[in-house]
Amino acid sequence: MVKSILLVGVGGQGTILASKLLTAGLMEAGYDVKMSEIHGMSQRGGSVSTHVRYGEKVESPVIELGGADILVSFEMMEALRWLSYLKKDGKVVVNNFKINSMPILCGLADYPAGILEELNEKTTTRVVDAAQEAEKLGNAKVMNVILLGTIVKLMGLEGINWEKIIRDNVKPKFIDINLKAIKVGMDLV
Amino acid sequence: MKKLLTGNEAIARGAWEAGVRFASAYPGTPSTEILENIATYKEDILAEWAPNEKVALESAIGASYVGARSLASMKHVGLNVAADPLFTVSYTGINGGLVIITADDAGMHSSQNEQDNRNYARAAKIPMFEPSDSQEAKDMIKEAFEISEKYGCPVLFRVTTRVCHSKGIVECGDRKNVEIREYVKDVKKRVPVPAHTPAMRDRVEERLNKLEEFSNNTLLNYIELHDTRIGVVASGCSYRFAKEVFGDCASYLKLGFTNPLPRKLMKEFASKVDKIYVIEEDDPIIENELKALGIQCFGKDVFPYQGEMTPDVIRKAVYGQAKETIEYDTNKVVSRPPTYCAGCPHRGLMYELGKRKNTIISGDIGCYALGFAEPYNAMDWSTCMGASISMAHGAQKVLNTKEDNNTRVVSIIGDSTFFHTGINSLLNVAYNKSNTINVILDNRITAMTGHQENPGTGYTLQGEKTVFVDIEALVKACGIKNVRVINPNNLKEVKEALDWAYSLDEASVIITKWPCVLKKLSEEDKEEFKDAFKTKCSVDSEKCVGCKMCTKTGCPAISFDKIEKKAKIDPNSCVGCEVCLQVCPVKAIGKVGV
Repeated sequence: MVKSILLVGVGGQGTILASKLLTAGLMEAGYDVKMSEIHGMSQRGGSVSTHVRYGEKVESPVIELGGADILVSFEMMEALRWLSYLKKDGKVVVNNFKINSMPILCGLADYPAGILEELNEKTTTRVVDAAQEAEKLGNAKVMNVILLGTIVKLMGLEGINWEKIIRDNVKPKFIDINLKAIKVGMDLV
Repeated sequence: MKKLLTGNEAIARGAWEAGVRFASAYPGTPSTEILENIATYKEDILAEWAPNEKVALESAIGASYVGARSLASMKHVGLNVAADPLFTVSYTGINGGLVIITADDAGMHSSQNEQDNRNYARAAKIPMFEPSDSQEAKDMIKEAFEISEKYGCPVLFRVTTRVCHSKGIVECGDRKNVEIREYVKDVKKRVPVPAHTPAMRDRVEERLNKLEEFSNNTLLNYIELHDTRIGVVASGCSYRFAKEVFGDCASYLKLGFTNPLPRKLMKEFASKVDKIYVIEEDDPIIENELKALGIQCFGKDVFPYQGEMTPDVIRKAVYGQAKETIEYDTNKVVSRPPTYCAGCPHRGLMYELGKRKNTIISGDIGCYALGFAEPYNAMDWSTCMGASISMAHGAQKVLNTKEDNNTRVVSIIGDSTFFHTGINSLLNVAYNKSNTINVILDNRITAMTGHQENPGTGYTLQGEKTVFVDIEALVKACGIKNVRVINPNNLKEVKEALDWAYSLDEASVIITKWPCVLKKLSEEDKEEFKDAFKTKCSVDSEKCVGCKMCTKTGCPAISFDKIEKKAKIDPNSCVGCEVCLQVCPVKAIGKVGV
């Protein structure tokens, strides 16, 4: 059975490191893994997504509409933008964190209200304060690994040796804080 | 050894394993990481950034002629630039294996068009490979070099965005030591003058016949029989997408070698299945070939003519609907277009240029293309690399013939794009006595593709120090007399330079020189731009009158609190470029952390 994880956010939020660790862990666990993301201009503050799929044999690197088992959104509005990729009974993890897009910054639109209500009404949603938790750990940037922790828990991937994965893939001075971050994430959901 | 690699990383690995000795490219999404990864094999491969794709391919051809396995890589539109040598190297043939990678962008994720470069393989009469994932990308590169040398011709290797930027598990091998072949002078083969070209043309045709036989028999093209009520013909990523949808409920003709197409194998497959779906991105090339063989099939009449053939697209086309999705109010979601970063050196110019009246702005390919949008509205058009200067010239020349013309045409082009194909355009401006205003946005790097060195940065792809091209001297050498170099973060300087350029009745060039905020500054940059990105700005909310002038600079670090009616600057993203500080009419923005 192939599982699909969709990570979404805003360019620069660190979805790439989170998905790198995730796919490394899945590969270590013996799964066939495929991952897809779009590079280029969207990285300049645009909406970004990373598709991760794993199982015995994966064909498509892309998650289809209505195909994701879990949608993890690093930014609040992005959860809603990508919601149609979620399975009818899929789970949502949404970071309680807003980034205004340019139309909002320019005053041409308002940041939408009622996103969490909409998500809660339509899906099984967990709202997490990853930014706040990251600040508590002393580095706002580990928000991404906290969110990775939520995926680990909700997808039942606790059996994978994440400590080794983090040690192998993260710069030495950031290993300890990331080890704490993944644990925090797992405990949040 | 197994590794999780993107298609681009896998191509680089495959090139190394194949014994490649020379590789050249110009960066372009989705192809850029191919050369970046090849460059890491410093001991074994000479890897270079060329100023453009034509130069990259020509360098690779030269390397091949003297006997080395060589490679050039580019995005799909890059092959248009390199098309001139491509068509003729097909005639002259090669010595060391030559593989040209074209990274097509079905779905136009990062490109100005959706051209299908399989057409180039057919037009230039050269073989084409199309891998469907990372493992195949690595394996097929090695095979491509073998075929190139066996048939004495260049090989086109077509990947698409989803192959380039998707990761899969790849079984890696060792490098094959391929010696540099002996160089033997042979003008009949290498000099395409009328005395030689008819024989070359014959050889091309003979080669194509042999290659079609290869295409029918190679394991790169194969039939996979399951349920025979549906037969799918697909190449590249479309094959993976189709398998995701149909699984064992269909049979497949999987094509990895797509020029020439295996007509015998296609007929055989057609005889074994009831109904054929051709699933291909971009043009109906396989479909038309099947139809020419008299085989009935469904193709672009069922599947969309544009975009990627992802599983949901296939599902919808074949079964009438995609998987069930959660219904919600999509109108609630506000768009999130890419923007200039906080501290982007393009901001100051765009802010000033967008305000000019009676102005047409001729744009180019790079981050500055985002200037077309709110809040700058500082671009009228863009076409392709280097086109800004030449299009501005043509437009201005015609406008000048109108009696009452008061419209000036301004071109905007980045440093790397100027080196790519802008120099020729500027020669034309000087030579044909234009009076356009040309701005070269020199942010000291090839930025949009993710920061590649170029002839202006002082470093090579493999990290060696090299000469710096002096853009100002180059511009003057082209024949432009009026040249100014300015700091684009200084709005007064920008405005004055523009006023000066508008006042002239001759062509001018303004070079805005300041590094990209995301650039990892070199020693030389640190020396030249001492204060860059070391401070921050903040709003004194006592003084702020809520006029929102600062938000008109389009800086993502600035937000406006509608309740308090005050502007705010996010200290985590501000780098102190001071553009907002200069537009604030009440001096409410100040510097902190000096």
